[in-house]
Amino acid sequence: MLTIKNLQAGIEGKRILNGINLDIKAGEVHAIMGPNGSGKSTLASVLAGRQDYEVTGGSVEFLGKDLLELSPEERACEGLFLAFQYPVEIPGLSTTNFIKTAVNEIRKYHGEKPLDAVGFLRLMKEKMALMNIDQSLLSRPLNEGFSGGEKKRNEIFQMAMLQPRLAILDETDSGLDIDAIRIVANGVNKIHSKENAVLVVTHYQRLLDYIVPDFVHVLYNGRIVKSGTKELALELEEKGYDFIKNEIDVTEQVG
Amino acid sequence: MCYLFIIQNRGIIKKGSVYTFLYKQVRIFVAMKTETTQLHKTNGMKDGLSPIENAVLNDYKYGFVTDIESDSAPKGLSEDIVRFISAKKNEPEWMLEWRLKAYRHWLKMEEPQWANIKYPAIDYQDIIYYSAPKQKINPESLDQIDPELRRTFEKLGISLDEQKRLTGVAVDAVVDSVSIGTSFKKQLSELGIIFCSMSEAIQEHPELIKKHLSSVVPITDNYFAALNAAVFSDGSFCYIPRGVRCPMELSTYFRINAENTGQFERTLIVAEEGSYVSYLEGCTAPMRDENQLHAAVVELIAFDNAEIKYSTVQNWYPGDKQGNGGIYNFVTKRGICQGINSKISWTQVETGSAITWKYPSVILKGDNSIGEFYSVAVTNNHQQADTGTKMQHIGKNTKSRIVSKGISAGVSNNSYRGLVHVNKKAVNARNFSQCDSLLLGDKCGAHTFPYIEVRNNTAVVEHEATTSKIGEDQIFYCNQRGIDTETAVALIVNGFAKEVMNQLPMEFAVEAQKLLAISLEGSVG
Ligand SMILES: Nc1ncnc2c1ncn2[C@@H]1O[C@H](COP(=O)(O)OP(=O)(O)O)[C@@H](O)[C@H]1O
Ligand SMILES: [Mg+2]
Repeated sequence: MLTIKNLQAGIEGKRILNGINLDIKAGEVHAIMGPNGSGKSTLASVLAGRQDYEVTGGSVEFLGKDLLELSPEERACEGLFLAFQYPVEIPGLSTTNFIKTAVNEIRKYHGEKPLDAVGFLRLMKEKMALMNIDQSLLSRPLNEGFSGGEKKRNEIFQMAMLQPRLAILDETDSGLDIDAIRIVANGVNKIHSKENAVLVVTHYQRLLDYIVPDFVHVLYNGRIVKSGTKELALELEEKGYDFIKNEIDVTEQVG
Repeated sequence: MCYLFIIQNRGIIKKGSVYTFLYKQVRIFVAMKTETTQLHKTNGMKDGLSPIENAVLNDYKYGFVTDIESDSAPKGLSEDIVRFISAKKNEPEWMLEWRLKAYRHWLKMEEPQWANIKYPAIDYQDIIYYSAPKQKINPESLDQIDPELRRTFEKLGISLDEQKRLTGVAVDAVVDSVSIGTSFKKQLSELGIIFCSMSEAIQEHPELIKKHLSSVVPITDNYFAALNAAVFSDGSFCYIPRGVRCPMELSTYFRINAENTGQFERTLIVAEEGSYVSYLEGCTAPMRDENQLHAAVVELIAFDNAEIKYSTVQNWYPGDKQGNGGIYNFVTKRGICQGINSKISWTQVETGSAITWKYPSVILKGDNSIGEFYSVAVTNNHQQADTGTKMQHIGKNTKSRIVSKGISAGVSNNSYRGLVHVNKKAVNARNFSQCDSLLLGDKCGAHTFPYIEVRNNTAVVEHEATTSKIGEDQIFYCNQRGIDTETAVALIVNGFAKEVMNQLPMEFAVEAQKLLAISLEGSVG
């Protein structure tokens, strides 16, 4: 579904990603872990098409298309979804209107008719029940005055509404207490199927207790330095990132 | 003296409920009727211009000229022209005297220079002051209207008879200078409501006109008001008798048609004790590469317990992307809350004109009276707007509320200028002002000039102001959900303007939202 080859990217002349290789197939859950500043959010942003970042090398194929050639909205319409680490606020714009616009823009891209009010409400109700989210939140302006947990839940709700093929969750667990993490993880698990894939970006292992990954990758200094199964996450938790850092820094010095 | 002065800076402000799906779509204003499907992504770099400069590539969509034989005065202004206009309109002697008095006063006045706008000197002798579309018959019903003119209406999307059937909005259309068709008159007259052209009112209701005309905006009030009084060609008159709630929105459609004609319309609304009326004015003008002068006067009078709600959607031709042409819009709008518990509310959505100079005001004379001003002003390309309001508190317990949302794009300049004046005798006056500016790009300007004069120490005056920019992160967030940049800007801007848009009559809200989006097409990439 997603094939990243030797991806290099940076911002304002600064190299951040130094050759990422990653292959994600439909139905899989991958986790990317790594210390702060290792480039996790940068990777997510580059995949979503944020223009501030400059891709200087490598390739990304998504569902048979050259992802890097597509505009951010085309990527979204092709089925790539990013749950933001810091969702933005849009004062005055009701969350429901925003989501309705998004749903219908994506339908338009695929040559489908927009959902009418009845159809949209039906879809909303179904996903609200699934995600355990309150109607009152959705009638408020987008993310304005939302608590950290509400913002993250809103991201996952949008994901449920838009039904992406690949969802990238950027530190969706950060700032959440354990109950909120469980709700968010449950939501993700409910939507996950054989047809779609999830890429979980996280600093801590605890989210992975609830969203169980098939593969875990460790990102350090803009490179995937170690890949394994969910046991790798537990090892990281136990030994901390320092053990990876030491391992890598030593190797690099030797090299 | 006591006033509370709060300057608050909030975060980035964005746009709102664009396509509220519960809204009924009524096509009244062609001005706003454009294919939203064209909103798709033609953004990105055009001709090496930045996306923001592409704002300039946004063309005016209502520029068409109707070919109707017109019946014009020669160019220029003199006593003879004033007499010509008055004679053309078959006016009584007192009206001619009133005009001449205004003209003579105007001669002694100077054009105001204090506004934050720049434009080449206007040659008042190079303007045609009267141009009436020729009517073969005096239309008694809409069916008798010149077919060419009716096609104009169709292009404008205000097909009067269609509206009659579908919307229940009474429209009194003014093309150039003469009121063409007045619908719904019969239904209104059964309630004693008078809704007609100003010319007709002068003939049919001279006592009402003599009593109220220029009682709020004196003919000597300001340069443009004096000019208007001398040469005004038509406008609307609306009279709501005691205790009557006008059952429908009243609407006038203004449109400047002939070349080199200034449009000087004059509107007067009188709401007697305990009455209510909601009035909507919409405007477009054809594209011309010369500037056209528009100097209107609107007067509102609300007696005891009466309420007037006046909404404007202004979409005059703003000029091309290099700043050539466009309407110079110098308008004097003022209402007086004459009676106790009366209320006047101005709502304006200003997206057009090369220059806007406009300060709808309320004189709060009656005790407990309320004045409101809700404004969205959009400037793009080379447009300049200096607009705001004046709230004059005279009666006891008077309240005013000002909500101004300025949106600037391109290389435009957008100024809010407001005065809150509390008189010595205005015990317990309350004012709240909120002035927010939203910038699209970094070549445009937003300016706020709030003036506060408080002469009574029981007054509470609050002012809040914010300036924000549409953030790239907001656009990216929308993009990531499959929403292209044009649509994202429209969403963000409408969210920003929501509080004002909510004041518009339901039928017009959706169209006005579209108009905002259209005015800003291509402003951010
Ligand atoms: N917009 C930016 N401008 C400059 N440096 C940036 C920017 N975004 C990220 N960086 C830098 O790139 C590195 C990786 O950041 P990020 O991808 O946010 O890491 P992570 O998400 O793993 O914590 C950091 O050193 C960070 O300071
Ligand atoms: Mg991060």
